[in-house]
Amino acid sequence: MTLLLAPVVLPLATAAICVLLRKNRGFQRPINLLSCLALAYVGLLLLTLVEEQGVQSVQLSGWSAPFGISLVADRLAATMIMLTGIVASLVVVFGFSDLSFGEEKNGHPVFVQALLTGVCGAFLAGDIFNLYVWFEVMLIASFGLLVVGGLKPQIDGAVKYVGLNLIATTAMLAGIGLLFGATGTLNMADLHGKLLGNMSEPGVLAAASLLLFAFAAKSAMFPLYFWLPAAYHTPSHTTSILFAALLTKVGVYTLIRVFTLVFDVQHPLLQTLLVGSGVATLTLGIFGAMTETIARRVLAYLVMVSIGIMTLGIAVGTPAAIAGTTLYLMQTLIVTAALFMAVGCVAHLAKTENLPEMGGLWRSHPLMGALFVIIMLGVAGIPPTSGFWPKILLIEALADAQRWGLVLAVVIGSLATLYAVMRLFSAAFWQDVNTDETPNLDLFRFAPVLILTVLVVGFGLFAQGLVDTAKASSVNLMNPSVYVEQVLGGSK
Amino acid sequence: MDLWLSILAGTLVAGGSYLMMSGAMLRFLLGLVLISNAVNLVIFVTGRMTYAGAPFIDKAVGVLSADAANPVPQALILTAIVIGFGLFAFTLALALRAYSEMGTDDTDEMREAEPKTEEKPL
Repeated sequence: MTLLLAPVVLPLATAAICVLLRKNRGFQRPINLLSCLALAYVGLLLLTLVEEQGVQSVQLSGWSAPFGISLVADRLAATMIMLTGIVASLVVVFGFSDLSFGEEKNGHPVFVQALLTGVCGAFLAGDIFNLYVWFEVMLIASFGLLVVGGLKPQIDGAVKYVGLNLIATTAMLAGIGLLFGATGTLNMADLHGKLLGNMSEPGVLAAASLLLFAFAAKSAMFPLYFWLPAAYHTPSHTTSILFAALLTKVGVYTLIRVFTLVFDVQHPLLQTLLVGSGVATLTLGIFGAMTETIARRVLAYLVMVSIGIMTLGIAVGTPAAIAGTTLYLMQTLIVTAALFMAVGCVAHLAKTENLPEMGGLWRSHPLMGALFVIIMLGVAGIPPTSGFWPKILLIEALADAQRWGLVLAVVIGSLATLYAVMRLFSAAFWQDVNTDETPNLDLFRFAPVLILTVLVVGFGLFAQGLVDTAKASSVNLMNPSVYVEQVLGGSK
Repeated sequence: MDLWLSILAGTLVAGGSYLMMSGAMLRFLLGLVLISNAVNLVIFVTGRMTYAGAPFIDKAVGVLSADAANPVPQALILTAIVIGFGLFAFTLALALRAYSEMGTDDTDEMREAEPKTEEKPL
């Protein structure tokens, strides 16, 4: 019970402490890092608990479901919390040298912890209005992170980001209102029972479309992606890594959660929307990644490619496809963080993010180059890295479902990703140098990249654990009865 | 009553969308406020618009009687209003900062993050 509250309370308490300590970097830094490590540990404990005793739930203040607010942890949620903790710890370490003194003093650590609160809350929410509240927590923290540096491009990026995201949350709220009007409940487990067979009612379908709109905007799907390439390259690298690894993934996570538990994704209207949007996201992501000349904007479009691939998996919606998508979701958290962090290092070494101005790093920093190659393979999904397995599972599932067009889309997406990262690599490492002096890479920057690279390869070589978790969680997702019973169990 | 509120919500959304599409930051925000209020009204309507009875559930019946208004949506709106107010305050401050940094209120003219003159791709 306390374990279920910990992923939310821990970062929130840390955020409060960080506010008090904001002028004292010596205290703030270790507390920030310790809290993130504790979060990873709590995620691990939660995962073992769920593995042993099945889905866990807690009814806050003893208000029994469906009236109170439930927090629920199943395999997927617990795994995501653990991975979030791991990535957050590494990002915090990276930030020790990447963040400017002003950013740290103006509350960067506070916003990071608030963001983690929202992210973990969204993973655990068993109540759809509660989910909305966690999204808002996440959103306001991300606004803070975007503008904390106070530079002109950051303000500009924030304007676009804030505008589009506020529209999305308003739509989400309207969807939730309609859903409550149609069913009289907000608890997702209860909604599952009440909506069985009622998917085609206009009110329900309207609510589903509004929620789809909201989650699609959060996860930067076509045609609601414009905020992503406009904003992701403007803040500090630390913030970019955190955003890329966590924010859009939370969108995909809630998409999986809500459209397996509450709504039926096999409804023709939703499926058509998801397939169309997935293919378009993938395609635009590819074109963007091939033509951009600013390193982090290339990455922003690559994030879109992976979002598109996951959308296709959700759209097909067979158990095998959901298994592939959940595995993709888990590994893309690590790989995206690794890629953004590696580019953060490269940009620091090259003192620019503009691809034509970079170069020569292969000679001066071969080790960094080697790590970059490995991460590059991970992003493109080439063995022995972790990116390989989810793509295999996903392609297999799409082929089983006879969706050959989508198989082709995923394969082309992977190849184009490889091309885009290779373009990045050759610009940064092989191009002729303009400046002969490059700064050294400090430990705070290098160590997290190294650890992430080890994880990328480790998950590829010892993939069985994650594959099993993904398959088991997809079985749970496709048969929500266990989840529903656990949440509603004692109440009726 | 429900019908009038629905029409009002629709009008608010229409007006809000019109303002948001003008491209000026401040109008965008005002439009957003209109739309979020329309959404609040929509949630309000889902809980029945009546003040006839107290919202207590009779144990023998087990459901809320038809002449009482469901209090849950009202609690939801309160939460949504508070959150919306906080976000509006932030966005207003952001808009002011954006105006003083970039000297324009037109979002199309804000090209700091995505400059117009792009260099040739590699």
